[in-house]
Amino acid sequence: MNRRNFIKGSLAGGLAVAATAKTEKADAAAGTFGGYADSMGVLVDLTKCVGCRTCEAACNKEQGLPEPDKPFDDYSVFDEHRHGGLPRRTTEKEYTIVNRYEVEGREKPLYRKFQCNHCNEPACLTSCFVNAYTKTPEGAVIYNPKVCVGCRTCMIACPFYVPTYSYSSAINPVVKKCIMCYDTRLKFGRPPACVEACPQGVMTFGKRKDLISLAHKMIDAKPGKYVNHVYGETEVGGTSWMYLSDVPFEEIGFNTHLGPQPIINYVKDFLAIVPMVLTIWPALFTGFHLLATRKQANKDESNKA
Amino acid sequence: MAQLIRNPFNWILAVIYAVGLPLTIGRFIFGLGWATHSSYDYPWGLFLGWGLFVMVPLSASGFMLGTTVELFGRKDFKPIERLGLLNGLLGYFFAVVFLQVDLGQPWRLVYPMFVSLGPAAVLFLVAWHVATYLSVQIAELVPAASEFMGWIKPKKFIKSIVLGLTIAGIILSTLHQGALGALFTYAPGKVHPLWFSSAFQWFHFFCSSIFAGLSMLIVVSTLSKWFLKWRCDKTFLESLDRCTLGISKGASLALITYLVIKFIALAHDNNWGYLLTGWGQWYLFEITFGAIIPLALFTTAIRSNRAGLARLAAFFAVFGIALNRLNTALIAFNWNLYQEIPHWREAIIAIMVYATYIVVYRAVLYRLPILYTWKGDSK
Ligand code: SF4
Ligand code: SF4
Ligand code: SF4
Repeated sequence: MNRRNFIKGSLAGGLAVAATAKTEKADAAAGTFGGYADSMGVLVDLTKCVGCRTCEAACNKEQGLPEPDKPFDDYSVFDEHRHGGLPRRTTEKEYTIVNRYEVEGREKPLYRKFQCNHCNEPACLTSCFVNAYTKTPEGAVIYNPKVCVGCRTCMIACPFYVPTYSYSSAINPVVKKCIMCYDTRLKFGRPPACVEACPQGVMTFGKRKDLISLAHKMIDAKPGKYVNHVYGETEVGGTSWMYLSDVPFEEIGFNTHLGPQPIINYVKDFLAIVPMVLTIWPALFTGFHLLATRKQANKDESNKA
Repeated sequence: MAQLIRNPFNWILAVIYAVGLPLTIGRFIFGLGWATHSSYDYPWGLFLGWGLFVMVPLSASGFMLGTTVELFGRKDFKPIERLGLLNGLLGYFFAVVFLQVDLGQPWRLVYPMFVSLGPAAVLFLVAWHVATYLSVQIAELVPAASEFMGWIKPKKFIKSIVLGLTIAGIILSTLHQGALGALFTYAPGKVHPLWFSSAFQWFHFFCSSIFAGLSMLIVVSTLSKWFLKWRCDKTFLESLDRCTLGISKGASLALITYLVIKFIALAHDNNWGYLLTGWGQWYLFEITFGAIIPLALFTTAIRSNRAGLARLAAFFAVFGIALNRLNTALIAFNWNLYQEIPHWREAIIAIMVYATYIVVYRAVLYRLPILYTWKGDSK
């Protein structure tokens, strides 16, 4: 029984106390899920990106997204800033975006493509109370709009601020995010549209574990060319999309404080108490009740006497 | 009717509804994008920040009073028990109303129950427990309603299972109050470290809900005494000061525990450095006015036997809880991105829903035997 099942068991125990005995044993045996062994992934070599936005256009077409506000060959979007002076982010109309970063000491600006990272243990998935998300064995994290209630907890939980919500719709608002082209491509073993469209060959599609060794080989082959870190190898339990850069990741908008723990690990202190409360509380409080009322009864007795 | 018009409070309500009702209807016609900032970075706004995270702890009075009277056999709190239960029931009910205003697809509210289950998620537990607990609370208030309607059987039946209901209430409350805190443990990097502790978050929320519910009960009973005196019977009015001080004792114990674990959490995560920043001052403001001052007032009130002081303390504590929840859910959320100020439409809709809560509250207090004892009861 892997850990995800254990957690399922223990929270479902919130409904049926009987389930707890079983899950406590499972707790000890629980391992880490750590993702599917043969999951696919994409390695993004940020040093090669020239900011042509071809991937944005390809994604728009592949996913049937609405016409963008500015055409994809308009590079003034790189100067746009939203609330708080932050660069552009993914929206309900754009599953991927490319941002430009001026880095001190680097002669050219660096461009960074951004989309869902398809985590091994996705926070969006583990936080959703209707199970709208699925991590497929191919590595994609896909979403089922038919069951989503619209609580937006997944947006709270995703450490990369990826899922967006189609707030503009009153009748059928749903979560919008990159699905790694699952139903049109990945399912059939083909690389995502954005990967294939890139004229610079920035992205390599392959098995996640092969990509990790490839990334380290690239780092070792030319010492000093890359920062010695594969972003996504360990972050929040590892992600299917990983990045190589020649400047420190924190300078180009990556959150480098996420740590190696999957998000669900931060929740487990609470998850652990659920079965305890369910089993101990009834006995404890019935006991309190008996104690408290016996004193009362004694008092009544002695009052009578 | 004349009385309705004479009351200035009703004028305020009329204005709130005149503005709020069209906006609320607009929210369902034009969608959340029209009523809120529809932020991707701040998916939760006032509807949940206030309506769920503030309303639910302030409604913990139901299970606290149920526990005191039924489980610990403290019949001396009986006069205020029903008010506690009602405060709980209405608070939870309106938390669900707020949730319905906020959900993208409110008509799918029952999906997590019956259609597609995600039992590994904390929100799943909140959904189930709040739903179950609402039914427990309705059951606990059946006696009041059946007296009003002149039924005998339902009241007797509830009396026979009241202990079971109370214990169910304790379990459900411990878990869902804690779970509301645990929801934020999904966002370890987004909530400011001073308001976040993966190990203690659920306990902070649970423990503070104890004094939150008790203080809210003191506040509501004070308001009832001021504005609904004609409806209160002698038992209620005469025992109110004593009950208030009794409740204050419970509240101050919870406050002390809360402050201690807050302190432990600071030490555990070694967050002292943050206290010197602007966020730290804001945090100290919350702790001082929302926890330390009410604690000092409560203890002085108990020692000098002054119910008035305890009431003042309760107002502070309620403010403190509201501030704490808003801080966690909105203000200190995304602290390293930017701060979002809610859309004016969102604020007005939230005020209108809250006004409806007050109207319903008042209507129930006018009629059902909450503040007074039903005459036929002794027979
Ligand atoms: S990046 Fe965010 S949305 Fe994508 S799989 Fe990870 S948690 Fe889910
Ligand atoms: S918004 Fe939808 S997908 Fe996201 S957690 Fe809620 S129900 Fe799940
Ligand atoms: S993988 Fe597919 S859905 Fe995701 S960004 Fe690329 S083209 Fe868009």
